[in-house]
Amino acid sequence: MKHTLSPQRYLILLAVMLTASVGDTLLSHGMTQVGSVSMAHLGMLLSAMRNLWVVSGILCLLGFFASYLTALSWADLTFVLPSTAFGYVVVALLSKFWLHETISLYRWAGILLIVCGVGFVANGPSLTEHAPDEIAGADSAEEALAGAGESAATDGVR
Amino acid sequence: MTPISPIETWATIVTVAATAVAGDVLTAGAMRRIGDLDEIRAKSGLGGAISAVVSSPMFLLGVLSMAASFFSLLFTLSNVEVSLAAPASASLTFLGNAFAAKIFLKENVDRRRWMAAIFVCAGVFLLAK
Repeated sequence: MKHTLSPQRYLILLAVMLTASVGDTLLSHGMTQVGSVSMAHLGMLLSAMRNLWVVSGILCLLGFFASYLTALSWADLTFVLPSTAFGYVVVALLSKFWLHETISLYRWAGILLIVCGVGFVANGPSLTEHAPDEIAGADSAEEALAGAGESAATDGVR
Repeated sequence: MTPISPIETWATIVTVAATAVAGDVLTAGAMRRIGDLDEIRAKSGLGGAISAVVSSPMFLLGVLSMAASFFSLLFTLSNVEVSLAAPASASLTFLGNAFAAKIFLKENVDRRRWMAAIFVCAGVFLLAK
């Protein structure tokens, strides 16, 4: 059976890409407002928590982790990771068209390579099917799957 | 920044990548064992899904590895220029993940996925130029 993704799951992958890149950008913008943090003034990290940009960035990154874990629960690591790399492209395009930064030829080449890389996996199967004994630590996996719900096992284990 | 030898430079970069790969593989392995989070959430609610994740020792080990990777990156950045450390560790992590996913998670890393890993790895390196 070829595992293809529903539109809802593509939205989760889109959330993985966007929340990571937007979260990093918000954090970066917030920390430039907070100023340089040194080992002698670690208390500044607490004051950073009062900055709206920093808090928004942290919320975005929490959203990233939640959507990343959700994606890993129904897709292979080697499928999800190239998709997350597309976030680098989003950041580069945001910096070009929103922040009006200059993007060098090297960076355009990098963007092109990442787009090609994501394209390679995007149309392929999202999940490798395993016989139960192929899964590392199959005994405890079985126990965990039973605890998590029998129906969940059918997607990852043939 | 304290200058260090090329061997030490690459040792710290490889440490960052290795701990990041360990974190990604352990987390992915834990999520595979737990099962489809969408289905668990539909059955037990958001609290049930969160509880299934955080009660997994493999997941917690993965988070520990990610934290180790973060702190080793901080250490690396205090000794190695960011223009080398960041893209080199990110690229090595992408390639390492492809190998580790094939070996430990038994994923079907076919030619298409190898090409994706190599293209993304090279792309990340160029982005940092």
